[in-house]
Amino acid sequence: MSQLLARGTGMPVGPTPSFIRWIATRDHTLFWRLLSLALFCGAWEVAGQIPVNYALPPFSQTFMAFVGMLADGSLLSAYATTLQPLVIGIVISAVIGVAVGVLMGLRPLAEWLAAPVFIVMQAAPMAALIPLITFVYGIGMTSKVLAVTVLALPVIVLNCYKAVRNVNPSLVAMCRSFQGTRWQQVAKIVIPDASPLIFAGLRLGISAGFIGIVLAELLITPTGIGDLITYHRSVANYAEMYATIASIIVFSAVTVGGLQRLEVSLFRPEKREIA
Amino acid sequence: MQAVLPRAWETPVPAKPDNIVEVRGLSKFYGSFEALKEIDLDFPRGELISLLGPSGCGKTTLLKMIAGLLQPTAGQVLVKGKPVTGPGPERAFVFQDFALMPWATVIRNVAFGLELRGMPKAQRHEIARRYIAEVGLAGFEERYPHELSGGMRQRVGLARALAVDADVLLMDEPFSAVDEQTRRKFQEDLLSLRRVQRKTFIFVTHSIEEAVYVSDRIVLLSRRPGRVSRIIEPDIPRDGTPDEIRRDRRYLDTIEDIWDGLKRFVD
Ligand SMILES: Nc1ncnc2c1ncn2[C@@H]1O[C@H](COP(=O)(O)OP(=O)(O)OP(=O)(O)O)[C@@H](O)[C@H]1O
Ligand SMILES: [Mg+2]
Repeated sequence: MSQLLARGTGMPVGPTPSFIRWIATRDHTLFWRLLSLALFCGAWEVAGQIPVNYALPPFSQTFMAFVGMLADGSLLSAYATTLQPLVIGIVISAVIGVAVGVLMGLRPLAEWLAAPVFIVMQAAPMAALIPLITFVYGIGMTSKVLAVTVLALPVIVLNCYKAVRNVNPSLVAMCRSFQGTRWQQVAKIVIPDASPLIFAGLRLGISAGFIGIVLAELLITPTGIGDLITYHRSVANYAEMYATIASIIVFSAVTVGGLQRLEVSLFRPEKREIA
Repeated sequence: MQAVLPRAWETPVPAKPDNIVEVRGLSKFYGSFEALKEIDLDFPRGELISLLGPSGCGKTTLLKMIAGLLQPTAGQVLVKGKPVTGPGPERAFVFQDFALMPWATVIRNVAFGLELRGMPKAQRHEIARRYIAEVGLAGFEERYPHELSGGMRQRVGLARALAVDADVLLMDEPFSAVDEQTRRKFQEDLLSLRRVQRKTFIFVTHSIEEAVYVSDRIVLLSRRPGRVSRIIEPDIPRDGTPDEIRRDRRYLDTIEDIWDGLKRFVD
């Protein structure tokens, strides 16, 4: 250790290598993200070239398939079909989920009534309900919206509930001591203090919604993305199939990431420099 | 509710007409745990009164009941002669853990009491700016609490309490989270604040030196259940420099006196 230190101090004080200076100065989140992405794509390419599995096309081929599907419009029209029930389902889950969750955190009666239902819903494999939903509501829009809601709602509700329950009691006492009304307490203290967990719940809810919609499209009726995946699998267009799957994963990740930005800019300005 | 009988061990306080806060037969149970038992106290207007006692003797409990943040099990608190049913504009609380909103800037935190009253932004920010300057934080208006030191955060909490212009400031160990040097600086600030503002300060501490140094009156609480064991009015010269005061015979004797009394409760 002392040797190391001695060597450290004995180093000639010259211009530091530019790479080290670069490492030390800037925020490299983006760089590291791109690097890990590049590594992943590289590994995929190698695995596809070997090939590990006859059904695994290399990354380059998948990417070309993606470009092709963008060009012929099949991907866009599939997304248009898929997004409609997804957006409706998520908006419904978010509005109801946040309202119910916050209410459960604030009012013991609501907590008593609703908490057991949602705890069971979250613990149960709700995806198993999708065939039942189809049975009851047919294969139309209603079923798909329900499939999204059934998966997204419990996470959103329970996270909001926990968020409100974990609000800093000292801030609530502070608001009371300055004669804040109950309404001011909720709007100015509870919601902002709970917002990180509420948004975490929304992010999880959106991911669950994506799972719901893809399951619905695979299980109920092949439409949109689900149709694209099913179709390309059936005709052994593995590159197209992987391109579709990868695109929905990336799309979901980007949506969830965008929500995080929205949260920081809306409720937590103090985290703006950190995020 | 049983009648409150005067107790022999409570030092009778002569009834002054100008007691801004009066505590009458106040008791507090947490479940079956008796935290405070039949407290009778008067807080004269314009004085700085310390509540001093061992940890867990119920100082915070008493202060929160005066603030109206906690309901007493028995007895009542009168502020300006009116029974307390909840928090009110004539009292402002300084929290031990600062209780600052991490998502709000210093100026919004300081103006928060006024914001809750519905005062327009320009007006409340003007007032907040004045108090931010008064506690020595000018230039930090747009910072966030996480960018401040503990001492600075406590000043924000103090400025917030001052900004609503309450008559009584309730302070729960406001200086416990800062180092000794800052603490002494704060004590001087508190004394000068007291000279310029005609306010009543009720101040919780468990530092005997601090209580003797800043208070007009010290209420000593005993433990299990919390009771008033003594009321002391330190007779300390206030005209010397801080160092002279801290070396003054009467100052040191008062500390010794309180320490002797408290030893009985430290087991
Ligand atoms: N919410 C509560 N529920 C149950 N017991 C409590 C509660 N709050 C306080 N107590 C108990 O009441 C007693 C007095 O607590 P209090 O916080 O008023 O003490 P304190 O004098 O402020 O102590 P400290 O100097 O450590 O801050 C303690 O023994 C504590 O355990
Ligand atoms: Mg305390």
